[in-house]
Amino acid sequence: MTAATKPFIVNRMPGFGTMAIAVFLMLYLPISLLIIFSFNERESLAVWGGFSWRWYEAAWQNRDIKDAAFRSLWLAGFAATIATAAATLAAIATTRGKPFLGMTTVYAVINMPLMVPEIVTAVALLIFFAWIKVATGYTGAAYLVAAHAAFCVPFAYLPIRARLESMDATLEVAAADLYASPWQAFRRITLPLLWPGIIAGFMLAFVISLDDVVITEHIKSAGMETLPTYMLGQLRRSMSPEVNAVSAIFFLLSVVLVTFFFFLNRKK
Amino acid sequence: MVSAAAVEAKNVTKIFGVGQDGVRALDRVSVTIRENEFFTLLGPSGCGKTTLLRLIAGFDFPTEGEILLYGQDIAPLPPYKRPVNTVFQNYSLFPHMTVGQNIGFGLEMLGKPKAEVDARVTEMLRLVRMEELRNRKTSQISGGQQQRVALARALAPQPKVLLLDEPLSALDYKLRKDMQIELKRLQNETGITFIFVTHDQEEALTMSDRIAVMSKGHILQVGSPREIYDHPAERFVANFIGETNFLKGDVAGIAGGKADVRLAGGTAVAATLPEGFAPNGGVTVVIRPEHAQVAPAGGRATLNGTVENVVYFGTDTHIHLRLDEGGEFIVRQQNSRDRPVTVVQGDKAGVLIGDNVAQVLRD
Repeated sequence: MTAATKPFIVNRMPGFGTMAIAVFLMLYLPISLLIIFSFNERESLAVWGGFSWRWYEAAWQNRDIKDAAFRSLWLAGFAATIATAAATLAAIATTRGKPFLGMTTVYAVINMPLMVPEIVTAVALLIFFAWIKVATGYTGAAYLVAAHAAFCVPFAYLPIRARLESMDATLEVAAADLYASPWQAFRRITLPLLWPGIIAGFMLAFVISLDDVVITEHIKSAGMETLPTYMLGQLRRSMSPEVNAVSAIFFLLSVVLVTFFFFLNRKK
Repeated sequence: MVSAAAVEAKNVTKIFGVGQDGVRALDRVSVTIRENEFFTLLGPSGCGKTTLLRLIAGFDFPTEGEILLYGQDIAPLPPYKRPVNTVFQNYSLFPHMTVGQNIGFGLEMLGKPKAEVDARVTEMLRLVRMEELRNRKTSQISGGQQQRVALARALAPQPKVLLLDEPLSALDYKLRKDMQIELKRLQNETGITFIFVTHDQEEALTMSDRIAVMSKGHILQVGSPREIYDHPAERFVANFIGETNFLKGDVAGIAGGKADVRLAGGTAVAATLPEGFAPNGGVTVVIRPEHAQVAPAGGRATLNGTVENVVYFGTDTHIHLRLDEGGEFIVRQQNSRDRPVTVVQGDKAGVLIGDNVAQVLRD
């Protein structure tokens, strides 16, 4: 038998198993170590000294961490809500409206933040917001919310649009046939069927916002640390297992959200 | 009894796209659909039948012309303001609602009180014989049941006209047969005007009060199934519905809606003329295979030829003849014990054509 007649099945290729294991180790060993050492009794990131909740307690007692964590959560909540609302409207306009001139451009513009290097967006926002600050004198948290909402839009947009595209458009026609006005058809047919997509979009946007360092680092005002920027700041000074504990909680939160997102999408 | 016109299309043209690329899906179509009738739009795909249905429903708007519903021009109204409901080809049931909620949706949108909606849903479920499935999700019922829910949902608001867009095409043969009878029953019981779109001639012939045969954006002929089948006025109609023999001939005389047509073989037949058509010279005459009989060659026979093929179909037998003057002719004879088909391949045979069976085409 020659190689050409053999079916190409990638998981039967020699070395596939080894490679897979290597990749999984590379991805998950560091995270596992981080979680394990978050339970370390000793103040060491390398030498194990027995199990303890000590660093979780320390993190809980730490006002800075708590402030940063709550700031991250409400920031992600606000930003994801705004982004999801905008993304839902954009998705409906781009899938349900009549095709219009420049629609491809609109797609590209909506998805642009996925392609633009984050540091470019960050610097651009820094300059733009500096300009607004000079003009208005306002220095609050709205800059962070606005920035996060903006770069979360494409993440929220993708699952919502996918859901709308897989939805049978004749259902809306059927609703109109049965005397539903466009608004009633939207509320009674489109929206209930779109919910899983909207929630998925919201959660994706939420996780993305929660995780952001680059943009936040550039535009936050003094004392406006989010959890990731706080942790980054801590790492620069001294390595405390406290950061491990916070990271572990952070990891757990993301896993829960993404798992929820996965099941939600699978259920349709 | 002469009924009022339920739907009237007047010179309706629908062009999709613009300029040179525009597709003329309907070209100055005029038709009147009477109250309480089962009216079928029959034609191959792309003939414009679904377009006409969508214009009546309001999913599309005519480029030109008027659509009247009981005398009122509804062409500019959106679908949700038209007292017309549709049964969709793929049913389009709302997947997040139960059977009962689906059926009640139209009435609810019309703002009817809950008690009235519930009572009507019960009544509709009884009408389509599905009382026990009221609280099921639409994904938990069979295709035939979904079909009946779609019907009940469209009938529940008591529309003035029910539009059906090839609703039986997704069902298997046996179920389709049952649904044909069911649809006819529903139409009789509700007294609602049905406009049914199909490409299936058998479906059209069995259910309709009247049929409009469509091709390439035009309505070619409107008539009862019997008129359409026995007296096709156009070559397309004769060809599309059933099997037909085409014979060339010359008009020798016209009297009382009939033409005396001299066929190429020399014999003459009395053939019905399409309304308002008085030809002169060469015409084409059509004769259905079951309206002719095989007879001994010569003698009284209208046509003579040689048997080329005898095909047995169980209920009947098709005898293919090559005519002496050229051309093929098919006779369909019912298989009966007392009158078996005796001719075999290679025999000389004649064909008897009775009065009132030949039809002149308008071409």
